[in-house]
Amino acid sequence: MTSAIAWESLVEGQGPEPWTVGPITLTDVVRYQGASGDFNPIHHDVDFAQASGFTRPLVVGMYQAGVLNTYATNWLGPENVRRTKVRWKTPLFPGDLITCSGKVARKYEANGERCVDVELVCTNQAGAVAVEGAMSFVVP
Amino acid sequence: MVDKAALGETGVPFALDVERGKIHEFATATKSTHPAHFEGHHPACPPTFLTTAFFWETRVPGSNPWEKVRMDPKRGMHAEQEFVFHGPPPRAGTRLIGTSRIEKIFEKQGKRGGTMTFAVMVTEYRDEAGNLVAEARLTGVETAKNPEEGG
Repeated sequence: MTSAIAWESLVEGQGPEPWTVGPITLTDVVRYQGASGDFNPIHHDVDFAQASGFTRPLVVGMYQAGVLNTYATNWLGPENVRRTKVRWKTPLFPGDLITCSGKVARKYEANGERCVDVELVCTNQAGAVAVEGAMSFVVP
Repeated sequence: MVDKAALGETGVPFALDVERGKIHEFATATKSTHPAHFEGHHPACPPTFLTTAFFWETRVPGSNPWEKVRMDPKRGMHAEQEFVFHGPPPRAGTRLIGTSRIEKIFEKQGKRGGTMTFAVMVTEYRDEAGNLVAEARLTGVETAKNPEEGG
């Protein structure tokens, strides 16, 4: 199944409505760790997190990166992704509410395909940037 | 403490079978309900799905050269992650062969002083015919102190 996105509807500087997810629960973190195979105890074991200098377990960064990617694939279609890059800025903790937003950075043609680069941001409830993302999609 | 001698270390190839149930589980865990991940026998994998290489590498001793970087687990953080697809993201039923290599190790000065050491590992994924399907690029950073304290 291919998501139909009208090329004309993609406008540089514009994107879909922001998407708010959460508050993130420890169950969300554990579910993600089970799905991904990253069982680093700093994300679910209070004693381990405190021994590492944190007050409590922090959310595994690939969780919020994955949610940010979900926001983008809901917009432009999972089969159309050709590149995704995320950079973490501020750690998140269970209880945080995250908001994903994005916009078109560039529309272009490459190798006979229509392509779009998008810029994405995931912020916490205080507005601090948790993750910055950049993705490239084809637009069939 | 990062061991700069790890630069260029290459892991033993490992197989990663892209599985339908795992795609459902991973898409659910990342809050997706998109039918492309749930319908049919060969759903598309989510963009960050190849992070599930954790499950496959552990079965193949020597497949993960990241261990040789020897980043301090209490001062090390995942700084950046990239996935590149040379065509549509792989679908369930695809067997990928992954090979990881330590591509870069470099230092930067932190904003509040203290040296940050970065290491980059690239994992190339090929299909059984040898075609390059995807690349994963992991950047880790070791800070001079605990990241929550700033630095």
